[in-house]
Amino acid sequence: MSAHLLIILPLVIPFVAAVATLLFARRPGVQKGINIASMTGILAASGALLMRLQAEGILVTTIGDWPVPFGIVFVVDHLSVIMLIVSAIIGVAVAIYAVPDADSTRVRFGFYPFFNLLMIGINGAFLTGDLFNLYVWFEVMLISSFVLIVLGNTDEQLAGAVKYVVINLVSSLLFLAGVGLVYGMTGTLNMAELSVALADVGQPGLVTVVAMLFLISFGIKAALFPLFFWLPASYHTPPASVSAFFAGLLTKVGVYALFRVFTLLFTQDVGYTHTLLLWGAGLTMVTGVLGAAVQNDFRRVLSFHIISQIGYMIMGLALYTPLAILGGVFYIVHHIIVKANLFLVSGVAKRLRGSYSLKSLDGLYAYHPWLATLFVIPAFSLAGFPPLSGFWAKLILTIAGIEVGAYWIVAVAVAVGLFTMFSMTKIWVKAFLPGGGGDAADAVGPLRLGTRVMYAPIAGLAALTLMISVFAGPVYDLAERSANELHNSSEYVEAVLDHEKSVADSASRPGVDGGAGDVYAR
Amino acid sequence: MRHSVILRTAARLLVPLMLLFSVFLLLRGHNETGGGFIGGLVAGISFALYAIAYGTAASRAALRTTPQQLMAVGLGIAVVSALLPLLGGGALLEGLWVQWQGIKLGSPVLFDVGVYLLVIGVTLVVIYELEEHNPRLFPDVSLG
Repeated sequence: MSAHLLIILPLVIPFVAAVATLLFARRPGVQKGINIASMTGILAASGALLMRLQAEGILVTTIGDWPVPFGIVFVVDHLSVIMLIVSAIIGVAVAIYAVPDADSTRVRFGFYPFFNLLMIGINGAFLTGDLFNLYVWFEVMLISSFVLIVLGNTDEQLAGAVKYVVINLVSSLLFLAGVGLVYGMTGTLNMAELSVALADVGQPGLVTVVAMLFLISFGIKAALFPLFFWLPASYHTPPASVSAFFAGLLTKVGVYALFRVFTLLFTQDVGYTHTLLLWGAGLTMVTGVLGAAVQNDFRRVLSFHIISQIGYMIMGLALYTPLAILGGVFYIVHHIIVKANLFLVSGVAKRLRGSYSLKSLDGLYAYHPWLATLFVIPAFSLAGFPPLSGFWAKLILTIAGIEVGAYWIVAVAVAVGLFTMFSMTKIWVKAFLPGGGGDAADAVGPLRLGTRVMYAPIAGLAALTLMISVFAGPVYDLAERSANELHNSSEYVEAVLDHEKSVADSASRPGVDGGAGDVYAR
Repeated sequence: MRHSVILRTAARLLVPLMLLFSVFLLLRGHNETGGGFIGGLVAGISFALYAIAYGTAASRAALRTTPQQLMAVGLGIAVVSALLPLLGGGALLEGLWVQWQGIKLGSPVLFDVGVYLLVIGVTLVVIYELEEHNPRLFPDVSLG
């Protein structure tokens, strides 16, 4: 299979699936099957991309065979492929989980087409090598997520969605303004070309201003302090399958964008920008974990913990050493799997006891010891309990912090880890142990078949967490490769510019009219 | 408010003209102002006008398919036109062209047809749903 085809498969598969699910609008069973097949297909394609990447180095393709500066490039480096694989894993897990969880009304109003459209937006953001194109993928992602978050029409959902929509529109506006300024300064939006061009602008102050626009815009999407407030207001409102998908992936696309632009584009004034990022990271960790401490709703506790965990990832980026970036990437991988899984567990708990409130979830352990076990693995991994995956992620970041002498952020990170443990223990005691201050330990109904199906993805993700914990080596190696690529961006830049040259040389191939040749002719 | 005979008679004349105009816009779009999006809007509006004059049930019947199906088919055509060049070893969304009796046909036109159908579908989903959930938006014609 040609590399061109392989690179676009993570977009083509969900697109075809979106069309197919629309065509079978009246056949929910068929839609469910298509959705699972689509997510599995993306996972397979992403795996194939990883193998191709290992063999051939950074992969580049142009869309429509238009040469840059007219065309858009898609670039696959290690960070992209890691994000693609992890998001596809969550896609498969949520697709299976949604079979019993997505009710017939949601399916009738387009749950599955929008699920696939959301996946297109996410994958496109990971693949693109063009700044404006990144904006477009963010919009695709946001529009689909707007729909998914309001499907169901409860007052609570609409209240959450309004905050989510408005703040994200502001974010998009700032992003667009930043894109415009970058284009005005350099005349290109290709990220590899920008990496070279921004260094030659000669106005470091202006570049830093633009960097701040991107920081605020992506900071909103990644729920960075002080721009996080929309997240706990909205993530606990949709059904568990949607909120697990959002919690695992959406903020992480913002984090990915921050990693991309603050390693590739805005590295002129690291002393200023990355110090600011470090402060943001520290404050994000602290506010997130303190916010979680006062919550008494399963998903709200988890939502606040997303925020504090984002702080760790940004800490890795902000310290800006190869080891720190490695830690950040490792943290993203660990976090996506663990956090999505915790939301999936909360959905099962809701099905069993009819509520997300910790008060009414009392004593689940007695009736469902397996659910309790499956909760413990991601929960303690999140808190950084050795030897689970979160421990390794935090350990790498701690070592990286000590190496550069940033002791205060290390102290914050360790303290926040302890508070995370407190929150997870709180859920454990109140929801799973008997007599944890709950209302009443009324009997739990028998497990329905649907609920049994929901256990499968939870168990799968928990097993994956254990795998990463015990065999951290392969993930570490991948994260190390991506950290090296990010820290020394010349490999990325060269791959894209070389590809552009080769495309320009072979432009206007015989038999193909209307492509690049047309533009020059006019 | 009742719908006058004038509106209904005018609609019967205007709807075919608007549909014809929408196809004209669609084809014109390749080299001049126009295209699938604007053409689709005009076609969508023609069905909306029909719905105002005769009610959504009649408009749905005139469409002969559901707007959802139109959306799916439109998206499908767009995907096919994007993927076609890959068969010949080209890039995604690359323009493929053939000459046939002096007429130039190409995959971008196919893509535009997909957009055209998609836009009709989306417009009509919104209009029909709004009308059927808020019946007073377009008063019932059976009164008139």
